[in-house]
Amino acid sequence: MIRFLIPLALCLLMPATRTAAQEAVTEFGTGPAPLLVRSTTDIGIIRPVMEQFATQNPDLTITYEQWGSNALFQHSKTACKTGDSPADAVLSSAVQQMVWLVNAACAHRYSSALTQALPPARRWRDELWGITTEPAVIVYNKDRLDDLEVPRSRFALLDAMRTRPDLLRGRVATYDIAASGLGFLFAYGDSLEATTFGSLIEGFTRIDAVATCCSAEIIRDVARGRFLIAYNVLGSYVANAQDPAVGVILPEDYTLVLSRAFMIPRNAGNSAGGQRLLDFLLSPTAQDLLARSGLVARMDAAETGLAPSARRFIPLSPALLVASDPNRRAELFNLWNDAFDVETAR
Amino acid sequence: MVRPPLPHSLTARVLSAVMLILVLGGVLVGLSIWANGRLAARQAYDRLLLGAASDIAESVRIQDGRPIVDLPVSAFELLAQAPDDRIYYAVRGPDGRFITGLDPDTVIAPPQPVSQAAQYFAADLNGEPARFVRLPRLFAERDFSGEVEVVVGQTLLARRAMTAGLMLDALLPMAVAGALLLIMSWFVTRSALRPLEAMSDDLIRRDPYDLTPVASDGLPRELQVMIAAMNRFMGRLDRQVLSMRNLIADTAHQLRTPVAAIRVQAEIAQADPDSPAGRRALDRLLNRTRSLGTLLDQLLSRAMVIHRIDSAPRLPVDLREVALEALEQSDHEVIAPGVEVHLKIGEDPVWVRGDAFSLGEATKNLLGNALRHGKAPVSIGASLDGGRAVLWVRDSGPGPETSVSARLGDRFNRNAGSGEDSSGLGLSIVKSTAEAFDGTVEMTRTDDGFRVSLSFPAATEGTGK
Repeated sequence: MIRFLIPLALCLLMPATRTAAQEAVTEFGTGPAPLLVRSTTDIGIIRPVMEQFATQNPDLTITYEQWGSNALFQHSKTACKTGDSPADAVLSSAVQQMVWLVNAACAHRYSSALTQALPPARRWRDELWGITTEPAVIVYNKDRLDDLEVPRSRFALLDAMRTRPDLLRGRVATYDIAASGLGFLFAYGDSLEATTFGSLIEGFTRIDAVATCCSAEIIRDVARGRFLIAYNVLGSYVANAQDPAVGVILPEDYTLVLSRAFMIPRNAGNSAGGQRLLDFLLSPTAQDLLARSGLVARMDAAETGLAPSARRFIPLSPALLVASDPNRRAELFNLWNDAFDVETAR
Repeated sequence: MVRPPLPHSLTARVLSAVMLILVLGGVLVGLSIWANGRLAARQAYDRLLLGAASDIAESVRIQDGRPIVDLPVSAFELLAQAPDDRIYYAVRGPDGRFITGLDPDTVIAPPQPVSQAAQYFAADLNGEPARFVRLPRLFAERDFSGEVEVVVGQTLLARRAMTAGLMLDALLPMAVAGALLLIMSWFVTRSALRPLEAMSDDLIRRDPYDLTPVASDGLPRELQVMIAAMNRFMGRLDRQVLSMRNLIADTAHQLRTPVAAIRVQAEIAQADPDSPAGRRALDRLLNRTRSLGTLLDQLLSRAMVIHRIDSAPRLPVDLREVALEALEQSDHEVIAPGVEVHLKIGEDPVWVRGDAFSLGEATKNLLGNALRHGKAPVSIGASLDGGRAVLWVRDSGPGPETSVSARLGDRFNRNAGSGEDSSGLGLSIVKSTAEAFDGTVEMTRTDDGFRVSLSFPAATEGTGK
């Protein structure tokens, strides 16, 4: 994974809150009009798409800022209320936060032939659009676990945690839901499947599972053998890592499928540029590039071997507001913190 | 003939009235449909709101003395029935303490609560109009007691869409029906007014000097009345023109001979005034002028009678008075000196509907004829005979020859026996008068004389108005 260091000049020019929260910044194109994109997607993964967009739009200088989802949410909320340094486009995997922002009237309305072609689950109010198709998967270390031992569903994982606690103790990882909005979203999605979720938490508690940050680090550690199994990892990152030591499983009981949400903030300075970016991301060219980066997974049965009933698309709908409810979050955190040794990476 | 532009087309007026009615009706029905649709949408989505609020209120539980909300996804799935609408929810404890909600910073204050029942209200949500419900839930637990208030709200997109959809569903068939009605009323109006158009075309094409009746076959009743009135008017005009023409022709014809005779007699008298021939000529001159005067009287009286027949109103007339007046005005002493005339009238009036002047003239002529050509004694009378009112004149002579009575009333019925002081116009007046008032002229020969009578349908005095 390539990391871009924040140029010092940029660092000095930008307000303290932004420098503190954003992880990396890069620029595409040299056109006169600025376009500020804030995203939770790693620059390394989305780079080919952004480069293509910059080539097609030579009048734009695209500043691509990579943020953590929670920080991005907080910043977008503030920007919405105060109008302070809004982005021209926000792309986040923590779609429940995006739904919250749209519900709070923070988004700009837009409609085009491409947005209208999206299925209803990937479009809300013509203010929020699902760009990608990414399953939440179980990854495992191919060297340490042979094919027979690999858990192909949550029940298999539960059984494995029950029967072989010693092997798995401290070597099962998942996202830290407090640090990662995406991790919280997946945990929330699981919590809607009440019985399985309760058993999972119990199982994780028994084997001292590790909650940690960031897809890239988790996958790296699985490849290195530090973790044998990682639960609820975003499939796109695995596909992008292309590590031969890492195996991927789409859970057969159900697989959550996420569509990263794109929003144009209401007070965007260059909303027209945001609209151009949106139409580009939905165009066949960009979808093809995204597919090559693993951000658009083919989810049909022939490709995945999943029964249609096992595919759980997370729809962009006001029902996701429940995921942002303070009581509900607090409860989920309680449950979680009881179960995990939270490892704050870095 | 070029058709002149018509000021107002009846078709256009009827159609614009129909259109006005349709449009007004449409607007009224549209308003009512809109109100109904709005009410239906409001009720439907208010139920969703209340359902969601109840779900949330149900999920409140007390844990360690504090209310906790286990927010149900089902509540939001209910609200997501309005898929594009923004949502607001907040759960507050006693004293308005925030328990959970969308955003602690966004405070939607409900109006003063009136009861423990659910209460709907409208407010703005992030600058967009929205509808809210406030649902309180009371707790009386050992460690918590008081009211927890759930407020759930939603913007109005789905309500408006539903109202519009309901309206469209109702208005589209109505608009189609309205258009059909308009087309139908156009056809109906056209077909109803076609006879009128045909008639006006007919009138426009008509020669202005043509006074013959307009054909009214196949026209609707309303137009028949109009055409009949018009035909009556034109007929009267035609008759008057004709009688005027006759008067002029008659006058010219009748005056030519006496005036020529007068001139001859005057020339004779002038040539030798003192000779016996001259004196005889003067006598004749006097006679001629007298008879010319009578002729002029008759001509004018006939013209007057014919004019009045058409124009004078029909009034009740007592035939006894007519007979009496004729007797009084008649100069029978001059026409036939020494002849006695008897008046034979009863106690009861003999009413007819007619024109007193015309009847009087006709009677005078009958009496004059009897005095002139009949034999004494002469009598005049009026009586009711069955349903007929009869005015008669009787003399003791044999009456005129059959050939004369057969040509009764012809204008120039001047036969050899009429003499130079008779024009034959008298009986013409009688006949015209009789016909004008639906009467007949009857001539009866009896053993002891000759009777001419005018017989009319009897009228009662009361119908006189």
